[in-house]
Amino acid sequence: MRRSREKKPAYEKKIPLKPKERMAINRHMPIEKNPECRVQNFTEVSDGFNVELASQEALRCLECNDPVCTQGCPVNVDIRSFIGMIYQKDYQGAINKIRESNYLPAICGRVCPQESLCEQVCLVGKRNEPLAIGKLERFVADFERNNGGISVPEKQPPKNQKVAVIGSGPGGLTAAADLAVRGYDVTIFEALHEAGGVLKFGIPEFRLPKHIVDAEIDRIKALGVEIQTNVLIGKTITIDELYDEMGFLAVYIGTGAGSPRFMNIPGENLSEVYSASEVLTRVNLMKSYKFPEYDTPIKMGKRIAIIGGGDVAMDAARTSKRFNPERTMLLYRRSREEMPARAEEIHHAEEEGIDFRFLTNPIAILGDEDGHVTRIECQKMELGPPDENGRQRPIPVPDSNFIIEADTVIMAIGQNPNPIIQQTTPGLETTKWGTITVNEDGETSRKGIFAGGDISRGGATVIQAVADGKLAAASIDSYLETLRN
Amino acid sequence: MHLIHHKKQLSPNISLFEIDAPLIAKKHQAGNFVILRINEFGERIPLTIVDSNKENGRITLIVQSIGKTTEMMKNLETGDFIKDLVGPLGEATPITNYGTVVCVGGGVGTAVIYPLAKALKDAGNKVISITGAQNAAAVILEDEMHSCSDELILTTDDGSTGKKGFVTHALSELLKSEIKPDYVFTTGPLGMMKAVSELTKSWKIPTMASLNPIMMDGTGMCGACRVTVGNELKFACVDGPEFDAHAIDFDELITRNGNYKKIEKKAVKNGVSKVTCKTGVPA
Ligand SMILES: Cc1cc2nc3c(=O)[nH]c(=O)nc-3n(C[C@H](O)[C@H](O)[C@H](O)COP(=O)(O)OP(=O)(O)OC[C@H]3O[C@@H](n4cnc5c(N)ncnc54)[C@H](O)[C@@H]3O)c2cc1C
Ligand SMILES: Cc1cc2nc3c(=O)[nH]c(=O)nc-3n(C[C@H](O)[C@H](O)[C@H](O)COP(=O)(O)OP(=O)(O)OC[C@H]3O[C@@H](n4cnc5c(N)ncnc54)[C@H](O)[C@@H]3O)c2cc1C
Ligand code: SF4
Ligand code: SF4
Ligand code: FES
Repeated sequence: MRRSREKKPAYEKKIPLKPKERMAINRHMPIEKNPECRVQNFTEVSDGFNVELASQEALRCLECNDPVCTQGCPVNVDIRSFIGMIYQKDYQGAINKIRESNYLPAICGRVCPQESLCEQVCLVGKRNEPLAIGKLERFVADFERNNGGISVPEKQPPKNQKVAVIGSGPGGLTAAADLAVRGYDVTIFEALHEAGGVLKFGIPEFRLPKHIVDAEIDRIKALGVEIQTNVLIGKTITIDELYDEMGFLAVYIGTGAGSPRFMNIPGENLSEVYSASEVLTRVNLMKSYKFPEYDTPIKMGKRIAIIGGGDVAMDAARTSKRFNPERTMLLYRRSREEMPARAEEIHHAEEEGIDFRFLTNPIAILGDEDGHVTRIECQKMELGPPDENGRQRPIPVPDSNFIIEADTVIMAIGQNPNPIIQQTTPGLETTKWGTITVNEDGETSRKGIFAGGDISRGGATVIQAVADGKLAAASIDSYLETLRN
Repeated sequence: MHLIHHKKQLSPNISLFEIDAPLIAKKHQAGNFVILRINEFGERIPLTIVDSNKENGRITLIVQSIGKTTEMMKNLETGDFIKDLVGPLGEATPITNYGTVVCVGGGVGTAVIYPLAKALKDAGNKVISITGAQNAAAVILEDEMHSCSDELILTTDDGSTGKKGFVTHALSELLKSEIKPDYVFTTGPLGMMKAVSELTKSWKIPTMASLNPIMMDGTGMCGACRVTVGNELKFACVDGPEFDAHAIDFDELITRNGNYKKIEKKAVKNGVSKVTCKTGVPA
């Protein structure tokens, strides 16, 4: 990544406490809704910090001379400065500071896996729990939105060059915003009827309310970005037509990894077996939790089994729990320690009464004569020697098959890259996993076509897609400059 | 928002719409479909593109009312709007000169077979079409099918027009005659396509069926439309919707398509009369 190395002016500390005093304060927690109530609806779990809690949490920051937290953040948010401004109650300054590096703070503050990014390296974490950086970021973004402050960054003079962004997930939105600020005419093409990508159809309302995503998208529209929904690039318009017929000079592909994987076990196509993507899209995008006010139905049984152990599995489990089943089980073939989901989400799932069954591997789904799911045949697993990633490999215990009663099964074992662009764009190189190959500037094998986020990484994170969108915007800017001269 | 230029009732339960959709019209090939949502609260439903006009940028859809969305569409009129429309989706039918082809369409499946028959005729095939309906009032596209078929055999369940009986009876008779088709295309209710497929399998005639599983996004993202074809998992919205009929697991698809039956009834009860969709905005 290219980053400017110019010398920054020395940072002036704002918080009048001694390091020892700061370190002695324990981490603050925002108020969370009681698990028994919250599984009855889709309202957000956490209310976030209020002014009081945010100020107290800010006091804990050491205002390090070498703020390692910023390096831990994929887009290098100037964390030390924005926390200092929270202490000074300059919330507008704080949010402006964050927006210099990240256009989606209300979202990232909520869904970033902070424990393995900015907060993992925070110095306070060496002795006490790290600063609640994500929750502070969310706080200032929410404060701004709730108080009506919308400041649009200054745009550079128009360059009269058109850029197309494909996909309106976090990567596409960021690339579009950055390019618009740099003076380009940007159009986002989105296949679905709403913009937002996984933020809209994947991550549930109770973790990321959709009106917040819409507010961030409105901000990006206010920069002059045009969003055309209901356009499936590759089918409605091909990338080559964007160039040859519509006058676009560069393209960013941010189409994500949304194609669900299945296990290839018997009974997987029985009626009540769903992919997590289907369940989450029905509930989030199509609002089937408000059926019949909204037309799209969802059918959830009384004994629901989710298969998988990542964020998607947690979201599917907690979503299904909100349809009032007798039991929601999560079947995972390794043990708790190996689960890839975020710690906070596992904790929330446990609080909400999700019944975790570890070392459990489904080998067949069984149904009645009408094709409805009744049971899952499973195998007990044990952990063997570590694999190439250092995770212990699960191996089946001989003669350990057993039956779990279930009437609904949700597969959450991963997603593949969306294939349509790759199939319809000649000369675009892909890997054996179907992801689009990019170089260190985010450029694909075709000149002027850039890509990032899940379509080039496989399943990754929101902030990684944001980082890729920013990198691609910078690269597109340099590329289009060469066309101007 | 897409303007409905022209709406026509073809039979008590089947309506035709000509809709403004220039980008889709430009790209449409036989076998493609669209997904639409009529208003803010609407479900996304798949419909075959029956015809398109690249000059005036319109596409034709033919819709049979069987549930909430399709019932609401019946209430739409010329001048109203469809909120969301995306396409053309799915793989186009492989159209070449096979020689003699038989196109078998049942019910609203006749609307799906019509663009195929037309394209096959244009490619130089001898086209024999067999279309079926419950009764004379339910017959659709008779003139259009005539115009693109060398021979058209019309059947009705009650014999009120054409031959009495199912399309499979007519097909069976045809196969027993001296005509040896090189390819059979079939669209319609799953049970019908299954019967056609079993028949042509016994005659070893390659057959393509256009499937209508439950869909949502239509972009390969949810897996709701998955079908088993020759022991492989396929997503009908991106890999299909047409597949080698002899390899399709029809029974599996028939049970899957019934999954929402009970719940959908609730949607109809709750809504069709209450919600109007004039100009695409619910009242
Ligand atoms: C259920 C779930 C929960 C998650 N939870 C978290 C979390 O808590 N924290 C976190 O950091 N990450 C999480 N992730 C991962 C994160 O959401 C993704 O890494 C991120 O959204 C990827 O962003 P993207 O920009 O690549 O595009 P995506 O968000 O994947 O969006 C791609 C968009 O492109 C559109 N599109 C696809 N093909 C075309 C086409 N041909 N033409 C036009 N448009 C097209 C799609 O419709 C979609 O809107 C989660 C993912 C899922 C599925
Ligand atoms: C690729 C494709 C092309 C199609 N083309 C046409 C067409 O040209 N004209 C046309 O009239 N219909 C077509 N269909 C079927 C059409 O999509 C369904 O009739 C429609 O989705 C029903 O919606 P609804 O809200 O009115 O009914 P719902 O209330 O959703 O369903 C009513 C009943 O139909 C069943 N059902 C739901 N979805 C489907 C489905 N996809 N196919 C069959 N039964 C279903 C339900 O289980 C329920 O029993 C096509 C389907 C596919 C997949
Ligand atoms: S964007 Fe994410 S990683 Fe960066 S500071 Fe904010 S919460 Fe931490
Ligand atoms: S590392 Fe922690 S303590 Fe140091 S500046 Fe960053 S947030 Fe503050
Ligand atoms: S309709 Fe969702 S994958 Fe085909």
